[in-house]
This record gives sequence, structure tokens and C-alpha cells, in this order.
Amino acid sequence: MKYALLAYSRGEAPEGGRSREMHPGIAAVLKRPEVTGYMRLEETDSATTVRFEGRKMLTDGPFVDSKEYLGGLIMVEAENLDDVLAIAVELQELDLSAAIEVRPVFEQELGGA
Amino acid sequence: MLEEAFRDQWGRVLATLVGILGDIELAEDAAQEAFALAAERWPHEGEPGNPTGWLIATARNRAIDRIRREQTLARKTKQLGRELLDPQEETMDDSATLPDERLELIFTCCHPALSPEAQVALTLRTLGGLSTEEVADAFLVPFETMSKRLSRAKRKIRTAGIPFAVPPAHALPERLDTALAVIYLVFNQGWGAGRLDLASEAIRLGRVLAALMPDEAEVLGLLALMLINDSRRDARFRDGEVVLLDDQDRSLWNAEQIREGRVLLERATALGGTGPYVLQAAIADLHTTEPRDWEQIALLYGALSHLTGSPVVELNRAVAIAETEGPAAALAILDRLELDDYRYLHSTRAAMLRRLGRDEDARLAYERALELTDPGPEREFLAMRRSELPPAERDV
Repeated sequence: MKYALLAYSRGEAPEGGRSREMHPGIAAVLKRPEVTGYMRLEETDSATTVRFEGRKMLTDGPFVDSKEYLGGLIMVEAENLDDVLAIAVELQELDLSAAIEVRPVFEQELGGA
Repeated sequence: MLEEAFRDQWGRVLATLVGILGDIELAEDAAQEAFALAAERWPHEGEPGNPTGWLIATARNRAIDRIRREQTLARKTKQLGRELLDPQEETMDDSATLPDERLELIFTCCHPALSPEAQVALTLRTLGGLSTEEVADAFLVPFETMSKRLSRAKRKIRTAGIPFAVPPAHALPERLDTALAVIYLVFNQGWGAGRLDLASEAIRLGRVLAALMPDEAEVLGLLALMLINDSRRDARFRDGEVVLLDDQDRSLWNAEQIREGRVLLERATALGGTGPYVLQAAIADLHTTEPRDWEQIALLYGALSHLTGSPVVELNRAVAIAETEGPAAALAILDRLELDDYRYLHSTRAAMLRRLGRDEDARLAYERALELTDPGPEREFLAMRRSELPPAERDV
């Protein structure tokens, strides 16, 4: 099954953006064969949101303004939920301030990750 | 509601079907059909040689027919479509050895990715064979709510890919804890609400688990604990009122259940069991013998408190300490506990203060306990205790 791991970070993003360097432990997990793709996102202060509220609106900033922000996305191919949860737990333990939401991917042959 | 004889078969049949069909909902519908057919036919035609095998084969064939039918009518979901890629044409032989996959089913239903409410509901429905209506009744929620809760849980199992498997050794202790907690919750729900049928259901589930995992000390411990506590069910109420352990008519206790609990407890201890259920079973067992070994009870509560860090366990330890070291030692423990909203803390404190002759403090403690207790027999009991204190002294 295909899963998406949504990695949320908490609290203020460091001034001047996150470090460009990836945590070596996380980098090692991302090299595993089960990981089929991943992306890191720039800070939410660089986000622009398009929505419709009576009229088309463009706003500066993320859609949901909260202390938690989506920091990255990891695609995993796993046998079942237990197998993907094991990877999620491992990643979470490398960054205790993060929370990882595991979502099964609606399976459809489309492009992307 | 299935006949009692069918109830015992339900979990067994359903588990095997989930294993074959890979989907709880589909398995449930198919099992329902097979059981209905059996109820119709068996009384006239007699029971088949292997009733379990018959039920599974019948349900399986019905499910496959149904998938095929729906497949030709419309595009079916991928899940079912995949099942069809590998059509097994042969009819299952009645005498075939059918794997007992109830353990897999228990661990699927008690998966920590499901909410505790969903775990309990699903376990009662799938393994206990209770109808959705009965499960709703047990938890005092409307039928609609329970029906949605069950469907949502089954959908999550399917969509999120919760495995139908016994967890690997490294994950087993944690996962087993969840399964045991679900069964114990059913038992306590039964006790608390005076629903003895639920308590019996929990014991039935405990027996299934103990038969499937005979070397897990905590599994045996839980079953022993439930059996010993349940042995007092007939003595617990008199004229609709709760009877405290000390005042119970022991001739009403179920000696056979106590004996069975003890045998299980001995086996659990022989396996080196020192987990919370084994400890609680040992304490429950000590409470069935007179005179009570308070020393040992206090020790076991100490071990349990160390394991769980629960202040309520500490409170119970204090009660035992009162018997061995006196009320002052017990009070010292009670006064360290952060349980100000817990009525039993105050009623227990009151009893200790009274024994120490501190009548005014005891009165205040009874009053605090009364504030926290709803009207009913327990409240009357506390009020009576308070009124037994000497009249309040006025300040001089």
C-alpha cells in the first residue's frame, strides 16, 4: 500500500529559515527502499494561499495559520499500517518536536511522487 | 440475537472468513447469511458433522457469489476486485483443517490506530457476536451512533491497511496490553452498570484469549482476576443495595469460579508473571480468604503502585497498611495523594481520622466526601457514618 507521511513541525520556525542540512538520521531513513519519494517545504512565511470566499482571494501566508506547520511529505510503500508506523515512529524519535500524520494514499495511477 | 450455541461459533467462523475474504464487513454479511441458513435448516436436517466447517464454507461461497454478482453488475471497488483475480473454485471440504484466526481478529480490532471506543465496540461485535443493537445498549448510546462507530472503524481498517495479523514478538507486549484493556473495560462496564451479561461476555473473551495464548501470564492473570471478582456477583447486592465485601454472605460466592481463578493464577505465577493483572488477581484472591493476610495485600499493592504509578492503588495500599501498621501510617500515605476530587480519598481519610479519635477532622472529611457523592445508597452510608461521630464541640 502507498502511504503519505505528513511531517508537522511545531513552534516558531527559526529566523532566516530552517537549516539547509538534513538531520543525518532522517537522511538515512529517507534512503530506504520503502521510501519512494519525499519533499521538504520552505517556511510557511513564504506561502501564498488561493481560495474563494465570495470572490477569488490571494493571501500572503498559509491556509491554516497555526503553531503547527507542514514541513514535509514522505511517500512510503509498505505492506500494511504496522510497517509504515514503524518508519513514522523512527522519524518522530529523531525529532521529538515533530508530529507525523500517516495517511493512506488514494490509489490511482497519477503522476507525482 | 444469535442462539447461545451459535454465539460460541460466531467469532471462530468470522475470524476465518476475514482471513479468507480480507474484509470484515464482507465477512460479517456472509457469516450472517450462513448462520441464518443454519438456523433454518439444522433443526430439520440435523447438524452437519463439522458445523464450523459448514458455516465457513457456506459463508465463503455466498461471499464469492456475491462478489461475482456485483462484479458483473457494476465496477466494484478495487479491494474486492483483487479478490476476484484469484477465484478459488473449489468448495471447501467440510473436514478441512480450518485455521483458528481469532487471535488475528482480536489484534485487528484492538489496534491502537483505532479509538478505544471503536476497539471495544468492534471486539464485542466481531468476537462476542453481539448485535449492533446490543453493543449500543451496553454503552448506552443510540443505535445510530453505534452503527456509525462500527462502520467507521471497519472502513479505517480497510483504508488504512490495519493488518490482520498477530503482532511480531517485539511489538506483542504493548499490543497485548491494549487487547487486555479492552476486555477488562467490558468487564468493568458490566460491573459498574449491573450488566452481568457483559461481565460474562468479558470472561468469555478472556477464556478465548487464554486458550489461544496459554503461556502469557497477563492473559491468565486477567482471566483469573475477572473470575475471582465475578464469583461474588450473587453476594454483591441485597434488596437492590450494594453489600460491602466484609458483610457479604460467603455462601453465595461461586466457589468453583474462585477455584478456577486460583489455578490460573498459579499458572501465571509459575510463568513468572508479575504484571498488573497478575498482581490484581493475587490481591482479589487474598480477599477471598479469612482472616485476610493484610501484610501480603499491602505488599502486592506496593508492587502494583510501583508498576502503575496510580494514586488510587496507593489509596488501596493505605487501607491495607491501616490493618498492619495502624491508622496513623495509613493517614501519612493518604495525605500525600493528589486525589482531592476523589470521594473515596475523603471517606477513607475520614475512617482513619475517626479511628485516631480526631472527630472534628473526621467530620470535615465526611463532609467533603458527601459533597462529591451523588444521592443514593453510598451517600446514605456516608451520612450515617458522619452522624455516628460525637456531637460537634463549639469553640471555647
